[in-house]
Amino acid sequence: MTSTTLSRAEPLVRRGVRPVLWLAVLAPAAYLITALLTDQLGANPIEELERESGRWALRLLAASLTVTPLMRLTGWGWLVPQRRFLGLATFFYALSHLSVYMVLDWFFDWDEILKDVVEHWYITAGLLAVTLMIPLALTSTKRSIRWLGGKRWTTLHRLVYVSAVAGSVHFYFAVKKDVTQPIIYAVLFAALLAFRIVWKRRAAKTRPAPADSRKPRDPVNTPVA
Amino acid sequence: MHIRRPDDIPSSEITSESSYINRRSFMETAGALALGGLIAPTALPAMACAPAEGLTQDEKITDEDDATSYNNYYEFGTGKEDPKEQAKKFRPMPWTVNVEGMVKTPRPFSFDDLVGKLAVQDRVYRHRCVEAWSMVIPWQGVQLRDVIARCQPLPSAKFVEFTTLYDPQRMPGQARSVLPWPYREALRMDEAMNSLTLLATGMYGKALPNQNGAPLRLVVPWKYGFKGIKGIVKLRFTDKSPQTTWNDAIPSEYGFYGNVNPAVDHPRWSQAKERRIGQFLKVATLPFNGYANQVASMYSGMDLRKFY
Repeated sequence: MTSTTLSRAEPLVRRGVRPVLWLAVLAPAAYLITALLTDQLGANPIEELERESGRWALRLLAASLTVTPLMRLTGWGWLVPQRRFLGLATFFYALSHLSVYMVLDWFFDWDEILKDVVEHWYITAGLLAVTLMIPLALTSTKRSIRWLGGKRWTTLHRLVYVSAVAGSVHFYFAVKKDVTQPIIYAVLFAALLAFRIVWKRRAAKTRPAPADSRKPRDPVNTPVA
Repeated sequence: MHIRRPDDIPSSEITSESSYINRRSFMETAGALALGGLIAPTALPAMACAPAEGLTQDEKITDEDDATSYNNYYEFGTGKEDPKEQAKKFRPMPWTVNVEGMVKTPRPFSFDDLVGKLAVQDRVYRHRCVEAWSMVIPWQGVQLRDVIARCQPLPSAKFVEFTTLYDPQRMPGQARSVLPWPYREALRMDEAMNSLTLLATGMYGKALPNQNGAPLRLVVPWKYGFKGIKGIVKLRFTDKSPQTTWNDAIPSEYGFYGNVNPAVDHPRWSQAKERRIGQFLKVATLPFNGYANQVASMYSGMDLRKFY
């Protein structure tokens, strides 16, 4: 894409992005709730709801991790709030997934839940993936960015990479035998993380890191544009 | 119609009044929709004469729709709803079963030749999947031991091995090597001869649906569902413990025996409870899926943690 087509597309994308994201985030939840209430989720609706909420959490996590590479490639700093939006949506689905597990699947059977978390480490990994999102969701406001400072905030929010790895591992081992889907997600996350490493190395080669960390020149590392 | 029932198994274990009543109510609702007319007349007498007990009062027969749309049959896809869709075009007949190994005369049997002349059994069994869900299913079929008698195995035979059809043209799931095809299962001879063990040819009073293993599948109600091999084309008698598919694929998770056992967890999940399809709360899983009285003695002295 040439820079002129990019700049021509920018206003349109910028205007349309939020409604599209709202739709993308609300549609699965609306569908799943409607399907649950109208008995359209098959013979084992609880299992289906559990799996779908988990898959949507991973999809939205992948989407939110795609924003930064997109910003790097386009230079569109206004994508930063979209990243926050997708991150919070991910947290919403991950929390729903955990709630379906605790409420619908096990119906507060704490003995079994505790046993599951302690004995099966891919369940532990799933719980870790959601738990690590809690501080990220809590510090998603502009105020907490100011309070933490941009650099510390960025470091804290790198926890999302741990969440992505833990979530992928959780999915892989939750599947009985056909691991096609978990592998697709794992490859996607690996690519998204690899982009960051490659980009950082290239950036380190071409220009020195900014000396004053409080005023990062790089729009992507500025939490709110 | 002559219905024979073995003496050593209480009729209560076969069909309870509650399940009979539930079946009636199911038929009353569905029957109006042309279902009733299709139910084989052979299905009804055995159910009508069964006393209460056996299955507990709250054990209802699983919705036929659920039992025929939520299937593990990787030959037709790995998703639960795949088999119903992908097996639509499957035409099981004509069907041949090869009888091989330690038998008087190894030979192919036509479907009718193998099971057509045997007494039809009606059995309502709990079906417990290794994935911790379960159903209650009314099967029609023949006792495996009657089939074995027709095969005339040699006294030296200690196991019977079953093989599913391998035909990727007709079973699209076999195009991917998710499992080492063809699917194989096996029973020890005493397990095979147990009067609970069924070769099912029908369920819910109809011919076995493709997605449930048409035209011939194994039903071993005290074992996890993966032992219930579908689309059987071969019976081989042997004196050596046969390789079985899931045990081959993941030996740490699936053993040769596959007996339902709430005390021995799957490495990745608990087997203590199960979700009965159609119910919200999980129920406790019973040793040998509630058939301990009929089968536990076959395993006395065995370490069931080791032989899972």
